[in-house]
Amino acid sequence: MMAPGSRIQMKAALQRESVGLGEAALAGFRSAVTGFSAEQLLWASGYLAGLATVGAAPAAPAQAADPRPRLTILYGSQTGNGRALATQLEAAAARRGVASELVSMADYATARLKREQLLAIIVSTHGEGDPPDDAMELHRFISGRRIPSLASLDYSVLALGDSSYENFCQTGRDFDARLEAAGARRLADLVECDLDYTAQAATWATRVLEEAEAQIGRHEAANVPQLRVVPAPPRAGRSAPFEAELLVNQRLTGRGSTKDVRHLELDIEGSGLTWEAGDSLGVVVRNPARIVEPLLEALALDGAAAVDAPDRTLRDELVTGREITTLNRPFLEAWAAAEPSGRLADTLAELRGAGFGQWMNSRQLIDIVREFPAEVASQRLLEMLRPLQSRLYSISSAPELAEEEIHLTVALVHYEAFGALHWGAGSSWLALDRDEGESLSVYVEPNPRFRLPADDAPMIMIGPGTGIAPFRAFMQARAARGATGKNWLVFGDRNFATDFLYQAEWLRYRKQGLLQRLDVAFSRDQAGKRYVQHRLLEESRELYRWLQDGAHLYVCGDASAMAPDVDRALREIIVRETNCDEDGVENYLAELRRAGRYQRDVY
Amino acid sequence: MSPPEQSAVVEVERIKAASRRLRGTIADGLRDEATGAIADADTQLTKFHGIYQQDDRDLRNERQQQRLEPAHSFMVRVRVPGGVCSAPQWLALDRLAREHANGTLRLTTRQAFQFHGVIKRRLKPTITAINGALLDTIAACGDVNRNVMSSPNPQLSALHQETWQIACRISERLTPRTRAYHEIWLDGERLPDSGAEDEPLYGPTYLPRKFKIGVAVPPWNDVDVYTQDLGFIAVSEQGRLAGFNVTVGGGMGATHGEPDTYPRLGDVVGFCTPAQAVDVAWHVVAIQRDCGDRTNRKHARFKYTIADRGLEWFGAELAARLGFALQPAREFRFLGVGDRYGWSKGLDGRWHLTLHVPSGRLADTPGHTLLSGMRDLAQMHGGRFRLTPNQNVIVAGVREADKRRIEAVARRHGLMHDQLPSALRREALSCVALPTCALAMAEAERYLPELVGRLETRLAALGLLDEPITLRVTGCPNGCARPYVAEIGLVGKGPGRYNLFLGGGFSGERLNRMLLENADETEILAALEPLLAAYALERLSGEHFGDFLHRSDRLSGSSGAERRQP
Ligand code: SRM
Ligand SMILES: Cc1cc2nc3c(=O)[nH]c(=O)nc-3n(C[C@H](O)[C@H](O)[C@H](O)COP(=O)(O)OP(=O)(O)OC[C@H]3O[C@@H](n4cnc5c(N)ncnc54)[C@H](O)[C@@H]3O)c2cc1C
Ligand SMILES: Cc1cc2nc3c(=O)[nH]c(=O)nc-3n(C[C@H](O)[C@H](O)[C@H](O)COP(=O)(O)O)c2cc1C
Ligand code: SF4
Repeated sequence: MMAPGSRIQMKAALQRESVGLGEAALAGFRSAVTGFSAEQLLWASGYLAGLATVGAAPAAPAQAADPRPRLTILYGSQTGNGRALATQLEAAAARRGVASELVSMADYATARLKREQLLAIIVSTHGEGDPPDDAMELHRFISGRRIPSLASLDYSVLALGDSSYENFCQTGRDFDARLEAAGARRLADLVECDLDYTAQAATWATRVLEEAEAQIGRHEAANVPQLRVVPAPPRAGRSAPFEAELLVNQRLTGRGSTKDVRHLELDIEGSGLTWEAGDSLGVVVRNPARIVEPLLEALALDGAAAVDAPDRTLRDELVTGREITTLNRPFLEAWAAAEPSGRLADTLAELRGAGFGQWMNSRQLIDIVREFPAEVASQRLLEMLRPLQSRLYSISSAPELAEEEIHLTVALVHYEAFGALHWGAGSSWLALDRDEGESLSVYVEPNPRFRLPADDAPMIMIGPGTGIAPFRAFMQARAARGATGKNWLVFGDRNFATDFLYQAEWLRYRKQGLLQRLDVAFSRDQAGKRYVQHRLLEESRELYRWLQDGAHLYVCGDASAMAPDVDRALREIIVRETNCDEDGVENYLAELRRAGRYQRDVY
Repeated sequence: MSPPEQSAVVEVERIKAASRRLRGTIADGLRDEATGAIADADTQLTKFHGIYQQDDRDLRNERQQQRLEPAHSFMVRVRVPGGVCSAPQWLALDRLAREHANGTLRLTTRQAFQFHGVIKRRLKPTITAINGALLDTIAACGDVNRNVMSSPNPQLSALHQETWQIACRISERLTPRTRAYHEIWLDGERLPDSGAEDEPLYGPTYLPRKFKIGVAVPPWNDVDVYTQDLGFIAVSEQGRLAGFNVTVGGGMGATHGEPDTYPRLGDVVGFCTPAQAVDVAWHVVAIQRDCGDRTNRKHARFKYTIADRGLEWFGAELAARLGFALQPAREFRFLGVGDRYGWSKGLDGRWHLTLHVPSGRLADTPGHTLLSGMRDLAQMHGGRFRLTPNQNVIVAGVREADKRRIEAVARRHGLMHDQLPSALRREALSCVALPTCALAMAEAERYLPELVGRLETRLAALGLLDEPITLRVTGCPNGCARPYVAEIGLVGKGPGRYNLFLGGGFSGERLNRMLLENADETEILAALEPLLAAYALERLSGEHFGDFLHRSDRLSGSSGAERRQP
């Protein structure tokens, strides 16, 4: 039996539209599902079918016909983790019969906030403690003085982050603190998640739904037939990666380059993996011997030692099980506790004020072990270490060109510090230890916030270094589709002669007339440093003209220096070309972001 | 004369005509930072400015796999009429070689300098600096008259001076008038007629093909006068310059497997006075401008115009244009094509030191410091340097008092000829070939020392180490080291493979003949060994290797488009 209200609504809907959705609703629906993979669409169809048996789709907020408050699930997510959790929360809410609405912060009108009653926020932190791009505007809004009084709001924040960063979960903390300051009450306390967030996120979700239910008053759940949620078909995802054969491992940087960047081609035939230009590939990596062995030596531990896991040695665990390059605060604190001299504890205490992130990011685990020797038994060590994370790489090929291959562009991380050569775990394993013919465990990490514009829209792609990767996919897709929009690529790296990634391909696109502009900045080819942002400023007028012509602007690559520098350059260009003030710039960029015309994929 | 070749030819003619006096879109190309290259059509035009686009062929495959464009760079040829330059000029070029090029200076077979490996963004500063040193690169390449050669023969100082001056005057008269060069490279002002300047000699499409002039001073034929499109052979009477015998229709370039292309020696067609020489040159070039074949670049050299139309036609045509006929040719005698190594004293009492530069390459490599050596010499020697047609250099006009010091420095850097193990090595020439030359089919400059080394072991056993034998190796049949007049010529056919030519005249007066085709080193050495052995045993006193091979009839059965001068 259906809830009476729902029946009436449905009847009304049927009367209005006979059957379809109507143009506006259809457009809205389409835009809501753009970026969904085939599996996601399938899942969504099941979800919608489930909704149909319960009642109508969640109503828009303006329809105040239903006086019961609904839970708004608001997410800000860059690499998809937050989005995935938000979607799960929505499904769980539906299961419990809690009416909810899932909204991306990018699509959230700030004016709506003051009418909100129940709000679950899931937001990650990026850059150097910055909000993800889709949360930028809302974050600015709540941080500013124009935040309204939120006395009627109950909320809770799930913050996603990575404790190896200095500003751990900063954005989530900001939301939590600002909403409270505006008079809102917590449904449940802020939860700060590290990279292994699954368990914490589930607990938080349960809490939030319980509290929300309590607020709403128990919905006549018993009377509602069970929602038939079609489980997502198993896809090669993080939990079930696909074994892809490595077809090509080709160095892209020329002889004499200071860098080693690889072009990888993977055979994914038969995987069922689907992706779109803009998505990333998760790669399950291992810690190569060049990292594991010196670490064992520095620890003075026997790699063959047995550990708690059956039939596994310490070495096995370090190779496939644990993160042994990157650092995080919990590890440092645990190590400090084990370190007899107490120097590490002192150092951490000194760094409490500032500089911790910088201090930690310039070190690898082995540097700590060497600098602050401690005797730690094998099993204890494993407990201190986080699980080995898979690495993400932007997919640099488009399915439109070759559906059965995925290309990646991987920069080998290697540098000298503290008198020793250091390697990045994943990148060095991929670049140096994986030969053609061997296999890699991979899954697609969709990035619906980084998507090609309509075929006739102009686009500007700013992608220095490996930031070029998704743009190769973009251009392949556009070329294959015969897209008519103009294309402008801005690339930068160290040296023109050796580091111009995929140069021959860009020149070919330019010759064919597909790439209208190709601008480059090489930092080490002249006396002063020259970067993409300088090149952009030199083309100020032209760039603005493109924007005025509706260009979509994309930025990909380094998050720590490049992305903020490019952002600053953009602001300067807007000021220069429009003579506006700071608010004007803000509005201009906000408008671009709202329209999906300023998209970033930075790491 | 296949159709695609023809259309390519017409293409170059079209590019020239549309170039607005050699401007094209070169300036735009220089600003394009996304590629180290310039537009395809412009690569034809920069040649007229002395600039060739090249790429490092050693890296070609590798870079293709790396999805990088070829490692483009430019070869820049400095025009040095008669090969004479001053010490400050030398120092300026030396600095450019180190700062803008690949760290080497290359002395060419036409008495010029070449820089290799100048990347695009360094081109303009390089050209600016060259011009700052009062040298230039215009018309060092392209379908125009090239660097005018002039015998640097040091003994006859007065004659050298006079012939050199005439070479300079010819060079000057035949230089294109376009200001494109100044506008593009030297930020010269654009004038209302820019792009349509008057080119009184060349017109809008310039010549059908390159054109080369050399001035020889007997008894030395160091400029290989018979290989020039137009040659002047100085005739001295009572130690004074009486005038020149004129040769026309020489040239080396050929294409493998195309018998319609062939090397040809010039014909002596008469005599002119020193005062007439410049006009003669102007009109001969004009004849080629009007009568050369513009439909097929492989048939567009002056030698084919002469071969096709005959000397009689040419004599009449020239007389008609000049308004007078050339006088009958006068007596002369050549003794060789090589350089006089070591010290020689000029009539003015000054000393000249001819140094040996292997394949003309001045570089600093482990154990060899030729580039620094020459820099040291330029710093201590305030006078002049003369480049020789054999890729060598002469420290000219040294005072008696400075001789010892200069020689000590030259010796320290391994520049003295007597530091070489054999006369063969001294006389050997090679073209540039790999890795820079786009046309190379086999190694030349990088291979020559190895080849000579292998031959030297055999020569030592035969007691022939001191016997001068001309050996010339080129990487392709274009013949940039004039291999077809060598006693032993190797012409590249494929990697490690050469056509072997034997029996050229020691004085450049006779073409050689092909003995082996597409042979590898083993085959070449196997063919040479018995011939050298026979030469060691059976040669007449003073008989050169090439003459010996002819006299003893060892070349019968070999082929060759041999054309003897009258
Ligand atoms: C540097 C030099 C050889 C050397 O080892 O010294 C040279 C080097 C080249 N020659 Fe040459 N030629 C050089 C003297 C000659 C000579 C000898 C001479 O002029 O006394 C010849 C034979 C005489 C003749 O012209 O017939 C010569 C006949 C050619 C040809 C064949 C022309 C023909 O009629 O078929 C080409 C190819 C072409 O023009 O198409 C050529 C083309 C070239 C180019 C520019 C290759 C190209 O067109 O892309 C070579 C550049 C290689 C490099 O990386 O530097 N070069 N070239 C000489 C520079 C002379 C100068 O300062 O101007
Ligand atoms: C969405 C997304 C897309 C991505 N796309 C790409 C891509 O297309 N191509 C690509 O190459 N990468 C890409 N990355 C980055 C990639 O995922 C890895 O982070 C990168 O390969 C490094 O991983 P690693 O395992 O080699 O190094 P790790 O072992 O994880 O890190 C090495 C450690 O060394 C330290 N370190 C690194 N460099 C220095 C230095 N110079 N000085 C001092 N310390 C240093 C760091 O602090 C780090 O802790 C992307 C990341 C994301 C999030
Ligand atoms: C380039 C980059 C920068 C990051 N910076 C931070 C940071 O400053 N603080 C933090 O807590 N987490 C940081 N993270 C970790 C992310 O917040 C974490 O991976 C999170 O799970 C991402 O969630 P999302 O996929 O929803 O964006 C960063 C991640 C990346 C890729
Ligand atoms: S002979 Fe051929 S290979 Fe040698 S420099 Fe001339 S064109 Fe190049």
